Amino acid sequence: MMGFQIVVLWSDALIWLLVAAGVGVGLLIARNPPLLAAWRRVGANRVGMASATVLLAFILIGLLDSLHYRVQLDGKPGQKATYAIEVLSLLDVLASPLRTRNEKTYSAPFATRLYAKESIDLPGQGTVRDYPRLKYGGQHLGEREDEVAADAGLTAGRAVLLALLGWLAVAGLASAAVRQGSAAVNASGWQKIWRGETAFAWNAVLLTLLLILLFAVPLFWLAGQYHVFGTDKVGQDVLYQILKSVRTGLIIGLVTTLVMLPMAVLLGIVAGYFRGWVDDVIQYIYTVLNSIPGVLLIAAAVLMMQVVIDTHPQWFSTAAERADLRLLALCFILGITSWTGLCRLLRGETLKLRELEYIQAAQAFGVSNGRIIIRHILPNLMHIVIIALVMDFSGLVLAEAVLSYVGIGVDPTMTSFGTMINNARMELGREPAVWWSLVAAFSAMFVLVLAANLFADAVRDAFDPRAA
Amino acid sequence: MLAYIIRRLLYAIPILIGVNLITFALFFVVNTPDDMARMQLGVKRVTPEAIQKWKVERGYDKPLLLNVEATGLASLTDTIFFQKSARMFVGDFGRAEDGRDIAREIGARMGPSLAIALPTFILGLFVTVSFALTLAFFRASAFDFWGVVLCVAAMSISGLFYIIGGQYLISKLWRLVPISGFGEGLDAWRFLVLPVLIGVVSGIGSSTRWYRTIFLEEVSKDYVRTARAKGLPETLVFFRHVLRNALIPILTGVVVVIPLLFMGSLLTESFFGIPGLGSYTIDAINAQDFAVVRSMVFIGSVLYIVGLILTDISYTVVDPRIRFE
Amino acid sequence: MLKVDQLRLGFTAGKQTLAAVDGISFAIAKGETFALLGESGCGKSATAQGIMRLLPAAGRILGGSIQLDGEELLALPEADMRAWRGSRMAMIFQEPATSLNPVLTVGRQIGEVLERHRNLRGAGATERMLELLRQVGIADPERRLGEYPFQLSGGMKQRVMIAIALAGEPELLIADEPTTALDVTVQAQILDLLAGLQAERGMGMLLITHDLGVVARMAHRIGVMYAGELVEVASREDFFSRPQHPYTQALFAALPEVSRRGMALTTIPGQVPALSAMPAGCRFAERCPHVMAVCREISPPWREPQAGHAVRCHWQAEAAEENPLPPPAVSEAEVERPSFLAVSDLKVHFPIRRGLLQRTVGHVRAVDGVSLAISAGRTLALVGESGCGKTTVGKALLQLIKPSAGSVRLGPNELVGMAPKRLRAARRHMQMVFQDPFASLNPRLRVGDIIAEGMAALSTENDAEARLAAVAALLQQVGLPEEVAGRYPHEFSGGQRQRIAIARALAVQPELLICDEPTSALDVSVQAQILNLLKKLQQELGVAYLFITHNFAVVEYLAHDVAVMYLGRIVEQGRAEDVLRAPQHPYTQALLSAVPVPRLDAPTAVIRLGGETPSPAKPPAGCHFHPRCPHAMPVCREAYPETRRFSATHTVNCHLLP
Repeated sequence: MMGFQIVVLWSDALIWLLVAAGVGVGLLIARNPPLLAAWRRVGANRVGMASATVLLAFILIGLLDSLHYRVQLDGKPGQKATYAIEVLSLLDVLASPLRTRNEKTYSAPFATRLYAKESIDLPGQGTVRDYPRLKYGGQHLGEREDEVAADAGLTAGRAVLLALLGWLAVAGLASAAVRQGSAAVNASGWQKIWRGETAFAWNAVLLTLLLILLFAVPLFWLAGQYHVFGTDKVGQDVLYQILKSVRTGLIIGLVTTLVMLPMAVLLGIVAGYFRGWVDDVIQYIYTVLNSIPGVLLIAAAVLMMQVVIDTHPQWFSTAAERADLRLLALCFILGITSWTGLCRLLRGETLKLRELEYIQAAQAFGVSNGRIIIRHILPNLMHIVIIALVMDFSGLVLAEAVLSYVGIGVDPTMTSFGTMINNARMELGREPAVWWSLVAAFSAMFVLVLAANLFADAVRDAFDPRAA
Repeated sequence: MLAYIIRRLLYAIPILIGVNLITFALFFVVNTPDDMARMQLGVKRVTPEAIQKWKVERGYDKPLLLNVEATGLASLTDTIFFQKSARMFVGDFGRAEDGRDIAREIGARMGPSLAIALPTFILGLFVTVSFALTLAFFRASAFDFWGVVLCVAAMSISGLFYIIGGQYLISKLWRLVPISGFGEGLDAWRFLVLPVLIGVVSGIGSSTRWYRTIFLEEVSKDYVRTARAKGLPETLVFFRHVLRNALIPILTGVVVVIPLLFMGSLLTESFFGIPGLGSYTIDAINAQDFAVVRSMVFIGSVLYIVGLILTDISYTVVDPRIRFE
Repeated sequence: MLKVDQLRLGFTAGKQTLAAVDGISFAIAKGETFALLGESGCGKSATAQGIMRLLPAAGRILGGSIQLDGEELLALPEADMRAWRGSRMAMIFQEPATSLNPVLTVGRQIGEVLERHRNLRGAGATERMLELLRQVGIADPERRLGEYPFQLSGGMKQRVMIAIALAGEPELLIADEPTTALDVTVQAQILDLLAGLQAERGMGMLLITHDLGVVARMAHRIGVMYAGELVEVASREDFFSRPQHPYTQALFAALPEVSRRGMALTTIPGQVPALSAMPAGCRFAERCPHVMAVCREISPPWREPQAGHAVRCHWQAEAAEENPLPPPAVSEAEVERPSFLAVSDLKVHFPIRRGLLQRTVGHVRAVDGVSLAISAGRTLALVGESGCGKTTVGKALLQLIKPSAGSVRLGPNELVGMAPKRLRAARRHMQMVFQDPFASLNPRLRVGDIIAEGMAALSTENDAEARLAAVAALLQQVGLPEEVAGRYPHEFSGGQRQRIAIARALAVQPELLICDEPTSALDVSVQAQILNLLKKLQQELGVAYLFITHNFAVVEYLAHDVAVMYLGRIVEQGRAEDVLRAPQHPYTQALLSAVPVPRLDAPTAVIRLGGETPSPAKPPAGCHFHPRCPHAMPVCREAYPETRRFSATHTVNCHLLP
């Protein structure tokens, strides 16, 4: 067993902090009936729960990719242990066939040969120009290259069976749980789920899960034998890149909001509650920040950050750390440029709240301002914060792609949807077009963003007092 | 009302000063000119002399805020802040890395930017508002439901996809219009069609949904019930009563971006090779041309503030409550 | 003319549809005013909207028939229905402020009815519009035609609404709480206008209201609604002299009025059943004092004790039993005590900023020199119409709004300008109960925490266990079970919430409770409960009340002393019986005479005030009231009258008095 060293990147720390915060908030919610009721409404929303299931799948991938380590290099015993420069994650281990089996360059999905012709030395026939066989893709077929469809179909069929079995097990557990929870006699748990009679939208979750399993199990099974989404310019498996991009997208989408939240909430409430010159100053600050077109402010800030990073190479021991810091810096910059909207919203709502009679009743008791803000104002703004959190996510994931394309996004060495698109877009012009990288990246992004948008709608409908 | 507008104009001054200070801090305080020189020159060629030369060439060799060596007014004016930041107020943006005058370059590139951005804006507004109005008119029907589904799907697609997909489909496969480029005069339309079309299509999802929400909010108001109680046909209720009132919130979002149309769009222009301000900015970012980026930040802010003032003025046109204030 | 038969209306929520109006039938003849009376949520507004076929999106017509002149409205295609709306039947809504389109001129909004139904355009239409505006009593109609709704006062907006309704020359006018949002003096004007127009044009009118006084003033026949059903239909005379249904009787008995002073008001226990859980039998059974076994099983059929007087009730007792025995009298302690809160020359001015530099160009004189005194254990009612500054006085006493000048002395301490630390201690002595029971409790806190807030903030009870016990005792005191401490406000009805708010205020054992319209958002039967509670608490705890209200019935029932406010100043002040029986100030006289009285023998010689309360930013010179005063003299235009003593306890600010 090789030794290893755990590496905690800053973004790992933040993402696990987020998970911990999520659990903590969950516990708080469980003790607060009004909030719990709102989440129950989300739980009853079928579209919302289906999209939440998809999101959870993405989050799972992102979390697996957020446990990093470095492998210990072979050294003589007694020497100080040295570790590999490359930082790996748990996801890399699970997907190591994808990660390590690199081809030479482009190859189409399910191809057995490279995209470009090369000179090949054939024993006895001299040199011919032909599409060389892939090192890994479809290797097990040997000479039977024309049987790809049949072979892949058979494998997929087996995988589908396995997926169905797995799903039935989960569905059985769910219906048992539903039957446990309900006192109704005349319907089995399964029937209640199927008819949509459960308070939680089990039918939507199970259906989505079935779709995910039917898609993912065959995909990963086949991925052991083929490059299901093809390979890119340097021969790396596109599916692997997609998996790696998920974490980048999640971090941009979640950490950014987390970064801006404290500032937006604090300044928004303070401005709305105290009014007067405090309000004037805060309004001035956010009008000024708002005046600079977002992209330009981000561009300027990212450029400046790049100078800082480039002139201080000594800060980073690995390339991963440098890319990670740049990612975090991007989150901060995005956060600073996007807090103004939420801040203005919270200020307006606080202005309304502070005139409410229960706040005046508290003032009549001489309750201190800080306590009024914490006990009376903040809890009544939570729904806006939650709505903002989920609404911003999808926009930020989309923004990452654009910014990375423009050159002011994540580090070029970091895999993300944006860098994938950027690397692949020129190849559409080739004949035949290299389309698989783009299509894979856009599709994965579409599924993620669509799920986020639908989930955000469900949350908004459940939390918005006007909609309720 | 005049006092109102003048007051809004006066309020713009401290904001512009704030923007100026932020850009100054971002470009000269976060990193010293020395850092920038090191970065631009590359690690290998860094010598104290090279750095000094680089700074002198660009006028970055002066003190930041206060020149203690100079006398009188010059102690304030002979500084980086005054020369590089404060002088932007009078339209002096200095020179780009390639030695060209930035102000002149900006003037020349506004035309092509506007040629794309203006038709996109007008057409886009027309399409999305009409679509949203139709959805709101047939609210709670199957048409409305699927329209909203379409919008959510459309806004979940990356803007890059619209451009890349559009170029591939229309220009490469169907060969209807050139894939990129820009022409002057009458011939220009062939280059404009695709970017404008893509610009309109990519905005449909989110804008339509937003306008639909506004319309639906107005529809539920009491005065709409009054209009119905008068026996007015539903179309009249919509066009005379709902649309007029919904214009007020729509204007907030729309008028403010009109001046920013001059800036063009970063993505569209760079994909279609249009020599506008958007591609100018992208080129500057890629070449790390700080002077150009700084100028664009300032101009963008000025245009945004102009947009804010225009918004205030447009309110006085549509909202009698402000007009008679 | 209008015949509604077995009309059923419902609202969809999710998959189910709940019937909000369940099989009501009535008819309105030409020239007749039929009043639909009921408390909130009984389905009376839904009925009105259903007749116009203007239900909100979730509303459904489930069955029945509506006939206008023999034609079935429910069978008409929508296009034909539109031709009828606005021409043969028109509607006036409750909120004139939101019912007019804010961005269209008055002329445009009237004009479109003329264009649609009378085919009038151009000069002819303008002519007609001016005529209509004159008919609804709008002065200077030429100018008003080009104005926008925000430039009009509330009463004027309602007049414009009426003009819009009249423009199509309707046979049937539906008025949905047309005066609920207006002040009494303006309400009187609008009711006069409606009655006059109706008589003149011979229109049928369906009047939706919750106010027995309005019914007495306007209606020819009355239908009482309860929980989606009509329970009693009677002519005005029968209704007021011989109400039959126990619910109707209870409504009358719950009214606070001077004859019931010192008595506890009759209340209706319990609540209106929820739409989703309507009982199979009589819907009022659970709350009825005469409930019998049959009531819970069979929904009572209509019966007609007299011709034209129908009632749905199993109980058939004689008229003698109509008035249940008056509840035990609450003895009144009329002992003169020294005042402990003295307010003198209190002023609250809000600056108006205008122009380029936002300079202060004037002040809104919300409160402009108010002096009053409150003695322990007594109730002082501060009465006035909206915008007169009465709420601001209440808040300024508590220092929730900083007074601009004047003094508020609590015992030996001056509160104005007191250091925040010492002020906190002083807050123990007075607390406030607010108007809106839905906005006055934080929805995110448990009832127990809400009540304990004051104890914690003022450190009156630092031990957690003692605090819990105190909360339980308070809940019991306001008539709520102890367990509610662990629940959240959204589970309670308006009346229960108001009880919680009272418990919160009492938690710090104040000597003075400022009650800011605590019952104006509540139904009559619930109002009676709260008034009884307040009276009981005063007796038990000796707490004094500053009762801010616009409702004279409540004042008559509850107050020991009265102060009448107009435009930031008190115009008349004295013992309740003196001020109410023999009002000296013309404004007080007009106010009292404008209140619609829920009796047949209501006095007919009424004083009608013209116009509306001017803006406190620009109060008229001299006596503020002179532009509306029927007795105005030259001196009134020049000098504000100083306070004159009418009797030892009765002061008036009016030049009429020597």
